[in-house]
Amino acid sequence: MTSTEKRIGNAASFVDERLGAARWVKKSLNKVFPDHWSFMLGEVCMYSFIILLLSGTFLTFWFDPSQRDVIYEGVYEPLKGLKMSAAYASTLDISFEVRGGLLMRQIHHWAANIFMAAIVAHLLRVFFTGAFRKPREFNWILGILLLTLGLVEGLLGYSLPDDLLSGTGLRITSAIIQAIPVVGTYISFFLFGGAFPGVGFIPRIFTLHILIIPGIFLAVITIHVMLVWYQKHTQFPGVGRTENNVVGHPILPVYMAKAGGFFFVVFGIIAFISAVASINPIWLYGPYTPGQISAGSQPDWYMGWLDGLVRMAPPLETHAFGHTISWNILIPAVIVPGIIFTGMALYPFIESWITGDKREHHLLDRPRNVPNRTALGVMSITFVMISLINGGNDILATNFDLSINQIMWFSRIGIFILPPLSFIITKRLCLSLQRADRELLLHGAETGRLLRLPHGEFVEVHAPISPEKAYLLQSHEQLVALEIEDVDGRGVRRPGALKNKLQRRLSKAHAVSVPKVTEQELKEIENH
Amino acid sequence: MKRLSRYRRHKAAGPLLLIFALLAIGTTFSVASATVKESQSVSARSASIDEGKQIFLKGCSSCHGLNAEGGAIAPSLIGVGAASVDFQVGTGRMPMADMSTQAARKAPVYNEEETAALAAYVASLAPGPSIPEESALNYERDGNSAQGGELFRNNCAMCHNFAGQGGALTQGKYAPTLMGVEPKHIYEAMITGPQSMPVFSDKTITPAEKLSLIKWIKAAEAEPNLGGATMGRIGPVTEGLLAWVLGIGLLIGIAVWLTTRAR
Repeated sequence: MTSTEKRIGNAASFVDERLGAARWVKKSLNKVFPDHWSFMLGEVCMYSFIILLLSGTFLTFWFDPSQRDVIYEGVYEPLKGLKMSAAYASTLDISFEVRGGLLMRQIHHWAANIFMAAIVAHLLRVFFTGAFRKPREFNWILGILLLTLGLVEGLLGYSLPDDLLSGTGLRITSAIIQAIPVVGTYISFFLFGGAFPGVGFIPRIFTLHILIIPGIFLAVITIHVMLVWYQKHTQFPGVGRTENNVVGHPILPVYMAKAGGFFFVVFGIIAFISAVASINPIWLYGPYTPGQISAGSQPDWYMGWLDGLVRMAPPLETHAFGHTISWNILIPAVIVPGIIFTGMALYPFIESWITGDKREHHLLDRPRNVPNRTALGVMSITFVMISLINGGNDILATNFDLSINQIMWFSRIGIFILPPLSFIITKRLCLSLQRADRELLLHGAETGRLLRLPHGEFVEVHAPISPEKAYLLQSHEQLVALEIEDVDGRGVRRPGALKNKLQRRLSKAHAVSVPKVTEQELKEIENH
Repeated sequence: MKRLSRYRRHKAAGPLLLIFALLAIGTTFSVASATVKESQSVSARSASIDEGKQIFLKGCSSCHGLNAEGGAIAPSLIGVGAASVDFQVGTGRMPMADMSTQAARKAPVYNEEETAALAAYVASLAPGPSIPEESALNYERDGNSAQGGELFRNNCAMCHNFAGQGGALTQGKYAPTLMGVEPKHIYEAMITGPQSMPVFSDKTITPAEKLSLIKWIKAAEAEPNLGGATMGRIGPVTEGLLAWVLGIGLLIGIAVWLTTRAR
């Protein structure tokens, strides 16, 4: 043993004797992570969050979170001499006078957009592969919490510069809060410290945006990742992969190298986009004044679907006991999102109630093998996409020579018709894919080679598929409907008849699938 | 004459003669030139009104009526003024290419002379806003772009977008982009209120303020893309699209590459 090795060894034992970390480190470093591109979407979220923390810290050095009136005397000529808030003036200074400030602002904003997009992509992957099933329901709920926090954090973030667009967004936010019956007006007064816009909201938003919400974010992300660590990552089915093992690369060195390198890739791509593409050019919007508004005022994309829902709502209001209830805002901006987010959070429990499946699952589903869930996911995407399209209806109208009214009516009708339609189509597609899998397994792959038999018949030559592929095609479980009787063994009606009926119906719909290839069928084919 | 010639060499004679000569020349010139201009102008105007009427009868009367009285599909032009004609014809909106939602800006059909003739003819029907003089359009000297920006956000941005890129109105109508529009036409649009646009009279926005507005619009047009590619200066819609297509697209591509097994 050389003296260097000895010295390092001594230092390591010194630490280990005091912390006892060696066993934990050894165990952790041997931890295995499965390899699939879609498993890296969550990493994109985490890395863009780190970029957000770093770039955001930089911005706080120069940002002045105050609504104090100042006269702009900076370098940007078209705004010189105008009265504006210190928040807006300092954002202009960050953009034009702080070295690297504009790039940092753009990195922060682009990272936020990509962060939210990556969260949605990650959520879709987890949903469509059934990774939320037992024992990962809590982690799914934490994910929904992170998504919700991200929406709020993003809204607060682009409200901080106090430019015309951000003020417009806050105006709508205050209107949505006021639409909540009875308490809405009081909550709005409490949040804005009086009537909108007031003089205190920028400092309040600032504290929430840079301290409280990032703090909650950090805590929840930590638990989220620790749960993945503790519960182990799910994996796609394949030869040698079971519910009781994890096949992949150990943390060191392969996984660590890939993940560490991927951080720099994410940073590089965000920095590249920030360097070449402008985002939120606040100097063009001008300072916020409640009397002004710009055509085509839009929120960032992750809020766009909510804006679209509000835009398509017909003007419904009721007046009762001296109070106005604005259904046109309450329904699209409070009730519908409330139902969607609650439904999303509870979905793992709802599905397990429908299927009656209380077992643990560590192997992922191929989306086609659970047609009902896949169809439900596509239906939700369709719903959000129609809302998003209507959120940008004015931009679409001018750029594609359409009428804004036509787009609105398309959305109003489409929001009810297209999601169910996409449900039906997706379910059919899944079943067709299952049928194709069955064909592939029973008859092999089509080669496109035609053969003429001696008696004149033409047949296509089928090539056998690889054993790995064959295994994959028959590894999933056959979905079965729950058998729930309305009466028990002695002929007495069981309680909760309506609930039983609902569960039976849903379970039957969920279990619709093409029969799996049985061993017997395979044998018959072989002997054929 | 003798008495006069006696003062020929008086020391005041020179300056007096000079003043007399200057007065004579000046008066003669001003009287002569004024009469010439007047007579030319009157004859030219009547000629151009006639010419304008001929163009009108050929190119406009099928919709606007033989006497510009309007019809079922086109408004009366009596009293719309020369500024209106100069704007509509000068920006190519009239004659309309098709009878759809609104007249679109395109390459003008008539040249400057013909446009002026048409304007003169329509102006001769009844008084209306006239074409602003070249000297009254010196926005670079008389405008203030910061004030113009404030006026723009107060009066124009709700339809034309924060950067003058245009925006949607109801039923397929739209507020067009203001990029690349001549200052004269911007001014005329404000005083005549074409199509869906309201009139911004000199009481609402003074001529000096109109010049400030034009100065701001021209500054926005000339402003370099300070933060990189602007993607149309239409706000977060294109930004979101880029985040998904380029951002997530590239990241997924690289994730696929990273997890591909070496063969």
